[in-house]
Amino acid sequence: MPMTVTEKILARHAGKEEVRPGELVNVVCDVVLGNDITAPLAIAEFERTGAGRVFDKSRVLLVPDHFVPNKDIKSAEQAKILRDFARRQELTYRWDVGTMGVEHCLLPEQGLVGPGDLVIGADSHTCTYGGLGAFATGVGSTDLAAAMALGETWLKVPESVKFIYHGAIGPWTGGKDLILHTIGVIGVDGALYQAMEFTGEAVCGLSVEGRLTMANMAVEAGAKNGIVAPDETTRRWVEGRHQRPVAFLASDPDAVYARVYEFDVSGLEPQVAFPHLPSNVRPVSRALDVRIDQAVIGSCTNGRIEDLRLAARVLAGRKVHPDVRLIVIPGTPAVYRQALDEGLTAVFLDAGAAVSTPTCGPCLGGYMGILAKGERSVATTNRNFVGRMGHPESEVYLANPAVAAASAVCGRLADPREVVKDAD
Amino acid sequence: MQTEGRAWRFADNLDTDGIIPARYLNTSDPQELAAHCMEDADPGFASGVAPGDVVVAGANCGCGSSREHAPIALKAAGVGAVIAPTFARIFFRNAFNIGLPILECPEAVAGIEAGDRVRVDFDRGTIQNLTTGREYAARPIPPFMRKIIECGGLINYVRERLEGGSIT
Ligand code: SF4
Repeated sequence: MPMTVTEKILARHAGKEEVRPGELVNVVCDVVLGNDITAPLAIAEFERTGAGRVFDKSRVLLVPDHFVPNKDIKSAEQAKILRDFARRQELTYRWDVGTMGVEHCLLPEQGLVGPGDLVIGADSHTCTYGGLGAFATGVGSTDLAAAMALGETWLKVPESVKFIYHGAIGPWTGGKDLILHTIGVIGVDGALYQAMEFTGEAVCGLSVEGRLTMANMAVEAGAKNGIVAPDETTRRWVEGRHQRPVAFLASDPDAVYARVYEFDVSGLEPQVAFPHLPSNVRPVSRALDVRIDQAVIGSCTNGRIEDLRLAARVLAGRKVHPDVRLIVIPGTPAVYRQALDEGLTAVFLDAGAAVSTPTCGPCLGGYMGILAKGERSVATTNRNFVGRMGHPESEVYLANPAVAAASAVCGRLADPREVVKDAD
Repeated sequence: MQTEGRAWRFADNLDTDGIIPARYLNTSDPQELAAHCMEDADPGFASGVAPGDVVVAGANCGCGSSREHAPIALKAAGVGAVIAPTFARIFFRNAFNIGLPILECPEAVAGIEAGDRVRVDFDRGTIQNLTTGREYAARPIPPFMRKIIECGGLINYVRERLEGGSIT
């Protein structure tokens, strides 16, 4: 029977020849993931199982990134539960302030997730790893507890929906714009429970970073996972980086899809999602009259080196508007270091931006950039729900790093082409 | 594994507030939750439901918040199975994880009225309407998932597996 790449990964991990959409399968997990919000609950449930030890010290990955460096006493207590557990269990990988990064930037970078892997994480953006050709999905803390004990979980095989992107996207656009455009068309429940498979020349032309950004926001369309079948670009990325054997799987030509969408994205311009839904999308040229108070560049969506390079290209030799706070948050210490080595950090500082240690921070309204009543922020993050970055009457506009940087310069939503005249 | 009882009908998009209103979330005691189960969706439910009864709901059953209290309330109320054409994803996971069997079967939902007697065989995946004599085929629940339900939920299942070696 022909299968999609998602079905093939699930079949392999279920020990079956084939699986069909709707089927319930028991699968082995290559990696299970938790963070400082979800792990404490999972650890309590784990203790109830009586397991004592986790199934594999090198495959249980706990990343304190949401409210760490500890934002207040409560979050310090939560993070301590994770830290104590990681120490007690002698987990192979232990990250903390100084080595810790935003989980979905950190794991791909350190070669801990890769093509053909099956990953579950108690975090809804676990779907990010689909950008490398893994099956990855978010689950609850109870699921994480059971998986930490057994190294297995149960899943319902999702139907797949295929998205084909034709043409070459315009300047200053990337994975963020493709996925925003897509969610704008299909809506926040447009792929409920399903696998979003991204294909076509515009996706093939993306870097792994851009693909991770696309898969990251699959959950914003309600999807169970997003996936780009691994290719040569993926191979180059994982070589010398990935710690375990990889599997380069592709969908069969006659695989069955619930729906197929074809987009002509030739010359696609940067996209912006207006409050308060990621589907509330307009091209940037129709978004230029929105004054902003803050710009945030970072997060698991756009906190990678490519994202910072893009922002720096816009900011080089320019100043952040006096009415705007620009906060740049590299996704991991390695990204931080590279930004320093490439001179990007100097560009940000010269422009008048603050550059933070890696953390989720403002993305979920945690700390490090909370909005007051009536304030607006452009952000390279993934959610603009009511109150996501602070006061319930504040607003978040989702965009790519170039748009966020250009907006920081102009004091309002701006097209990078307005700021950088000699763009290609 | 089987259940048999009366059918309780609910409309599409039965949400978790309908199943257990948020004002009762200050407890996680299953019996207290059961006492208020469906209070806003069908006030007669909590007092009338009997062990083994079956909830037959419309599409997107269990949508809304991710609270596990919703399937816990249904299970503690004695509900033996929930049948719907489709379930919200988190409710689906939560239900199995706390040991409440659920089945997707649009045909059965169309063919069952409130008060009908219904028998569900989870091994075979059959739903019988004993009142009308009609039988419907759902996807059988695979053995490892039945085991999760028999153990009373995922955490107990893990405990049993770790104690008793292999059970699948
Ligand atoms: S950066 Fe934001 S979306 Fe990503 S894991 Fe952190 S809080 Fe979640």
